[in-house]
Formats: sequence, structure tokens, C-alpha cells
Amino acid sequence: MSYYNDEMGLYNADISVRDYIIKNYTPYHGGAEFLEPPTEATTKLWEKVSALMKEERARGGVYDVDTVTISGITAYQPGYIDKDLEKIVGLQTDEPLKRAMMPFGGIRLVHSSLKAYGKTMDKTSADVFKYRKTHNDGVFDVYTDEMKKARHAGIITGLPDAYGRGRIIGDYRRVPLYGVDFLINQKIRAKQQMEGQTCDEDYIRLSEELSEQIKALGELKELAQSYGYDISLGAKDTKEAFQWLYFAYLAAIKEQNGAAMSIGRVSTFLDIYAHRDLENGRYTEEEIQEFVDHFIMKLRMVRFLRTPAYDELFSGDPTWVTESIGGMALDGEPLVTKMSFRFLHTLENLGPAPEPNLTVLWSEKLPEKFKKYCADISIRTSSVQYENDDIMRDKFGDDYGIACCVSAMRIGKQMQFFGARANLAKALLYAINGGRDEKSGEQIAPEIEPIKDEILDYDKVMKKFDFIMDWLAGLYINTLNVIHYMHDKYCYERLEMALHDTEIVRTMACGMAGLSVVTDSLCAIRYAKVKPIRNEQGIAVDFEVAGEFPKYGNNDPKADEIAQMLVKAFMQKLKKHKTYRNSITTMSILTITSNVVYGKKTGSTPDGRKAGEPFAPGANPMHGRDEKGCVASMKSVAKIPYNYSEDGISYTFSIIPQALGKDEKSRIDNLVMLMDGYFGDCGHHINVNVLQREVLLDAMEHPEKYPQLTIRVSGYAVNFIRLTREQQMDVINRTFHEKF
Amino acid sequence: MHSVETFGAVDGPGVRYVLFLQGCPLRCLYCHNPDSWKLTDGKKTDSKRVFDDIMTYYSFIKYGGVTLSGGDPLLQPEFSSDILRRCKVIGLHTAVDTAGFAELEKTIKVLEYTDLLLLDIKALEDELCRKITGQSGERARAILDYCESVSKPVWVRHVIVPGLTLDYEMLAKLAEYLSGFKCIEKAEVIPFHKMGEYKWEGIGSEYTLKDTPAPTEEETEKARQIFASKGLKI
Repeated sequence: MSYYNDEMGLYNADISVRDYIIKNYTPYHGGAEFLEPPTEATTKLWEKVSALMKEERARGGVYDVDTVTISGITAYQPGYIDKDLEKIVGLQTDEPLKRAMMPFGGIRLVHSSLKAYGKTMDKTSADVFKYRKTHNDGVFDVYTDEMKKARHAGIITGLPDAYGRGRIIGDYRRVPLYGVDFLINQKIRAKQQMEGQTCDEDYIRLSEELSEQIKALGELKELAQSYGYDISLGAKDTKEAFQWLYFAYLAAIKEQNGAAMSIGRVSTFLDIYAHRDLENGRYTEEEIQEFVDHFIMKLRMVRFLRTPAYDELFSGDPTWVTESIGGMALDGEPLVTKMSFRFLHTLENLGPAPEPNLTVLWSEKLPEKFKKYCADISIRTSSVQYENDDIMRDKFGDDYGIACCVSAMRIGKQMQFFGARANLAKALLYAINGGRDEKSGEQIAPEIEPIKDEILDYDKVMKKFDFIMDWLAGLYINTLNVIHYMHDKYCYERLEMALHDTEIVRTMACGMAGLSVVTDSLCAIRYAKVKPIRNEQGIAVDFEVAGEFPKYGNNDPKADEIAQMLVKAFMQKLKKHKTYRNSITTMSILTITSNVVYGKKTGSTPDGRKAGEPFAPGANPMHGRDEKGCVASMKSVAKIPYNYSEDGISYTFSIIPQALGKDEKSRIDNLVMLMDGYFGDCGHHINVNVLQREVLLDAMEHPEKYPQLTIRVSGYAVNFIRLTREQQMDVINRTFHEKF
Repeated sequence: MHSVETFGAVDGPGVRYVLFLQGCPLRCLYCHNPDSWKLTDGKKTDSKRVFDDIMTYYSFIKYGGVTLSGGDPLLQPEFSSDILRRCKVIGLHTAVDTAGFAELEKTIKVLEYTDLLLLDIKALEDELCRKITGQSGERARAILDYCESVSKPVWVRHVIVPGLTLDYEMLAKLAEYLSGFKCIEKAEVIPFHKMGEYKWEGIGSEYTLKDTPAPTEEETEKARQIFASKGLKI
């Protein structure tokens, strides 16, 4: 049963997985009653993996590292958890959970990561990098003093200048659908078609990239071969489809230690095979669920070697294996299939987990039973995030996926240059302090006249803030240009890009941190009296606020309009600057767990937030300031214009079960209602946590009791017990909606 | 008004906009909103402004509704009934959460625009009722009688507090009494909790239930079963 038997009208023309899905999938409107529990093999295998994960935690978070091999698609001998039990095979290295060295992003980071875990790199392997330059070396050869200073002060931070940028989704479905040989031929043809053009820099780069892609595809075949599979041709049944697709993804995570290694939108595609095999009796529902469970288990085991400093920013060892589920097709039919249910069902069969990052693309028009199943799973596991399919479909069609947390992109047709984020709260302080850093006193931004007024004047502050934002936007884009030039040069994603079209859309994905801090600060300056407390250098190190002021998160237009204005203003400033490879500038409002670190690096702000205190995550209101309950809070967030923040707007929502409803049924109904309302208002993203605060407190004290306790934090899910203590406290202190 | 909760999921059916009004004639020992007692403490507003705010949440509450709570909404009957009237015009479901210590005549005007009355019955025994609230329960019972006469749906709520109302014999009597009303659609047993304790410090009153434990799950369940055994929906 290969696609050769399908109506593949476009087979000989261009690759189009989307058309294949639309022509062949079967929408499912029913409920969860068809789902099967885990098989004996699944339970046994998961026990083994759980034991390994327990051991990993006992060893300080890293099970083992191969300190000799430089990772690559074919660098390792095949590895297994338990060869007899595994239905889907393949590991990143030769042993489960053993981490690989991927030094092309930055050799320094590999050395420091190894050191943190008491290991050193094999000398012969280390010597390679006496002769071989990495991405990180390239970036620092070009960084200006200003860039280095801004980076050090933390006004732009989290930059992917020492590790893989990630946020690129290979269209892994192409491998089961077409087979690798076809994909190689396509790339050869693309290269031939380029002949005759002027050999300028763009031509040369693309031509070299295509050669690298072709080599990577060849290595992918070798990888499969080492496990005993020939993937030259497309998959013939469900099991093969899962296996082929997983090999493709596996090759990507052997090659790249990207900040986010998302898998795309595979569930509905895979259902085509499952539906056919169920119909012709090749596999039973139980067997199909087993493939799903084993596949998901593999995705839960993705590991990268990272430093403790990285963990401070993005806590809990995240990999962002994001899978986008559901959504609607352009013709108005839901893209929900039985496989959408099966993927979510893994949270029941294997228990809750942060990875893969299961993301439901929500539309009010999704089948009601599916919506209720999602809500039910959310309430029980807090492991699912939701994003607005209706507003994304408009921009990205019906075959986009989410990279990382909130970044939508057309699969196989679009990639992004991940740009982390600029700290706008710090920028506001620079405006008040003449461009000097409030912590170090150093001149970071261009020198301007500091504000010396006794009470801050809104118009005056805004004028200077506007100037600082202009400066910041330019510096930020330039910095990202350097980073991505070097990443393409020294750490190119050969395999992931081989699973893209040759001509693709690129975005320059900037980000903003501190939205709610700046909004409330500007409100305080405008509507109350804010008196700066200056140190002997004349720097405002604290603020006294007298009087009431509107706060973001209460559906109060006075505050919300300032938030909207900020997003628009910063986006417009970013857009003014020329970007590397003519990428389209976009922006996200997303901090992941870095809101804690940003807060640490930022002095007291005019909204009353004290120096060092965390920011709110993503686009969340500051905790304790949303006084009208969660719907008011959601309404404020939903007003942030997606058109100016196309890379995503993250909102995290936590509630205790008793406040969500009196019984199971009403909790499910109410959660569905909340999401319909929020997304109907054009909210972009929501993390849903339904948890008792006491459980979290207990988990802090007795982590061993909660190996799988999962919570959603700004764009991803984490294993709660793997958060730093500081971040655990931040999560607990953050608004839990719990009014009775 | 006292405050707003834009996501009320426990005060009536569905997702509800809950407006807490300022001012309550009772002084219940276990009150979890004692900061809403004094009429003069609240924020001044008018029914039009409240309604305009409610309207911005329409898409969330269209299948749920609006609940007036407090404080006690019956203390400001004109204000309450005008908000409810406006809600009814656009077809929103309306509920009023009250302890029923109000004159029947004024209450009737509010009930005219109320789809569901959430009536807190503190205690059937007058002496105990006075001990808990400072007042008799007679007016609440009169309102219940009225609701029965006009078939106005009522959800009765009863807080069980160890040492005060957690008494199975009394609960049986209450259940017996309530089972005589056809208008009662639901009788909710609400276990006492201390989450409002910190607010008592804020108003400078002494919280006498500091050492009173919350009822256990078993006790709460038993109380519910007593209600259920008399044919009440719990």
C-alpha cells in the first residue's frame, strides 16, 4: 500500500504533502471511545524508559555523554531500549538518553557543558576544532563592541550565537510519502535548473546548500540501513510510515542541537495510513496505538547537551518537539482524525509529559467531541497548549506547523531565523537614565540627556523611549544578521533543509520581553505620580509610585491600548532595517522561562516592580495585578495585535480545578467555553494548567513522588521537578485563578 | 460595587460574569468576603456602566450568564434589578446570590429579572441563625415561599461548619423542610473554608473560627447524601 496506489495527481510535479493529505484523509467527528489502552509491550517498554529517566535525574540531569564522537547522521552504531519490545527503532546515540556532542554551533559551549557534568572532550576530537571554525567563533569575529555590550547588559539576550538556532521544521512526512530517492532526485533537478544563472554570492550559497542537502539525504538512507530498513521508497503501511518519518526526524536531531526541534504536523498525515490499514485489516486499533505510543516514547527521549546557564533561561531540559494537532482545512472540513485523538491519548497511556509539545490548533468549528476530549486531557494532565487556527490559517494556509512554542510556519516551505528577544523594560530604564545601564552604570545605548525631573512626565519619557527603541531595533536586527549569516555558514541544517522546498520563505523572528512591565510602567507614569529615586551617579534605581493607575490584564482600554501601541511601535521600528537573506521581519511576545532571568538582570521599574523580580511570562499580565478574573485577563491579552506579532503571543493560564467548575462535566464545558471565547476574540495562544497549588508545593519538597508532574509555562511544557527552585517559586506565585 | 470576577464557574450554570456588590446586612461568622460588608466601602458606579462592561464579555458568557453576588445584591434592589433587566433584554441568563435578608416587596422587583435565585439558607433554627448571622432567617424563608408560589427556580446553598451547622440531625430537618419546595432545583452543600481569613484582619474584626477545621470529604459527602435521601438534587 504505497502512495503509488493513491490518486497522486501532483506526484510528477512538485512535492505537495498538503495536497496528498487533503485528498486522502478521513475527518473524524466521533469521540474518544475507540481508543485502546497501552499494550503489555508498551507498558514494559515505558517502565524501562521511566527507570532510565529516574537514573538520569539521580545523575544530576544527564544520564551520560559520548565525549569522543562528534555527532552526525551516521556517527553512531544503532542503539535500542529493548530490541524485542520496540516497534519503532532508532536512538540519537548508541544508548538511550546518552547525549551527543554537536559542536558546530559552538565548541566552547560543548566544553563548558561537559565540564559542568564532570567530563572532558576526547583530545583527538577536541583537536579537530583547532582547524575547524564554529558558528560561535564566526559570530564573535564580527560582533561589534556595541553588540557585545548590549548582549552583556542583557538588553538583547538569549541569542542563538553559541548553539543551534532551531525553530526549523523539516517536512519529515516527505520521507514516508515519497521515499528518499525521489527527494534526492528532486534536489538534483533543482540544482540543474539553477545552471546558467550568474554565479553571485546568493547563487553560490544556494548551490552549495543543495549539495549538502543531497549528501544529508544519502546519510539518512544509511542511517535507516544501519537499523535494517531501506527507505529509498515510500512507506507501505502504518508501521513503516511511523518508522520512516521517525528516521527523518532522528537524522535531524543527530545533526542539530537546535533550541527547538519541532516535528511539525504529522498526526493527520499518519492517519491516512492507519485508516487504510484498519480498513483492509492489516493492523488493529490496538496495534496502531502501540506504534503511536512507541513513537511518542522516542520523542520523549530526545536529549541535547546543554549548560546549566542555558537551563536558567530555558529550564527543564526542553527540546520543543512540537506537534500541531487538529485545525481546519481551507475547505471548512476539520483536519481532526482518529490520529489526533491517539496522539493526545498517549498522555493517558504513558502519563503526562512535557514532550512532545502537543499543540492543538483550535477553531470554534472543530468537532465538539474533539474539543471536549482536549479539555478533558488538559484538565487531567496540564500538558497541552492551544493556538488559534482561525487567525493562523488566514496567513499560513492549512498545512502550517508550530515551531517551538508559538511560531507558525508553512511546513517545508518556510523557515525562520530565531532571534530570541529584546528586553523592553530595560530599554525604558535606558530612556530615563540617558542610555546608561541601571545596574552597572555603563553607557550602553547612545548618550542622551537623562531625565532629571522630580516626577516623571509621560510625554517626555515617551519621546526618549522612542529614541531608545529606534536604537535598539537597529542594533538588534544587525546582531541577528550576523548570527544567521554565520549559522548558515558554519552550522547549516543540511537534513532539515533537505526536507524543505528549494525556494523558501524566511522570517527574521524577533521577540519582545517585558510587555506587561513596560505597559504598567507607562500607565503609572501617565495616570499616577512616579518619583524616581536616584543614586549618586544620577541613575534611577527605584521608583515611588503615588496614586492609582490602570493595569494591563483587566480589560481596561487605558492600559491595553498602551500595550497595543508598544507592540506596533517596536514592530514598525524593527521592520525598517534590512535583514539577512531578505527575510521577513516578525516578532513574538514569548519569554519561555527566561522571564525570571530577564527580571534578575533588570532594575526596579516605574510600575512598582522591584529590581530582580521576575517579569510576567510572555504576554501575561504581571501576577497579582489582574483583579477582575481570568476572562478579563484573556481579553487584554487577546487585544495584542497578531498582525504586528506574527511570530506568536504567548499566554499562560493556571487555575485550580474547583474554580473551573463544580464537577468534571462542567469543568470540561467551561474550559471549552473559555477557549472558544478567547480564540473568538483573536487570542493567539494559551497554555492551560489545571492544578492545585498544594500539589506544586508538595512536589518541591518531595520531587520523587512526582516524576511525571507536568506544567505549561509560556509556550512549552516542563517537568515541574526539573525546574530550578527559583522558577518553581515563580510558577507558584504567579496568578492562580482560584476565586470561589 | 465591590469587585468583579469575569470567570465565575461556581455561582450558577456555565461561565458567568459575577458582580460582587458592596454591603451586606448580615455578619456571618464564616464570611469569606467580610470586606464587602460596609455599604460605604465600595466603588461607586451605575447600572449602565456595569452593563457595558458585562457586554464586552458576551462571547464568553453567552451560554452561562451573569450572577449578582456580594455583599448582598438585595441591599441595593434598584441597582440590581436595573442591571438584570438590561441583561434580560439581550437574553443573558441571570442569577442572584443572596442570603435573603431583605424585604419581600423590594426583592420581588429584583426577582422579576432573575432566572435563578441562589439562596443561602444559613440555618433553619432561628437561634443558631442569629448566632451565625446576627439576624433571623425568617425573611429568607418568606422569599423561598414566594419563589414557590411563582415557580421561580432556586438553588439552595448551605454552608456546613463543624461546631455550628455540621450536625446530621439538623441537616436531616433542613433537608426535610427543603424537600417540600418544588421550586428548588438543587441544594448545594458547601464545605466551610478559611480562604477569606486574611480579609478579616483587613477589616479589623476578630475571626472567631480560626481553630475550626474545614469539614472532611467524608463529612461533606455524608451531608450531601442526607440532602439526596430526601429527593433533593445535589
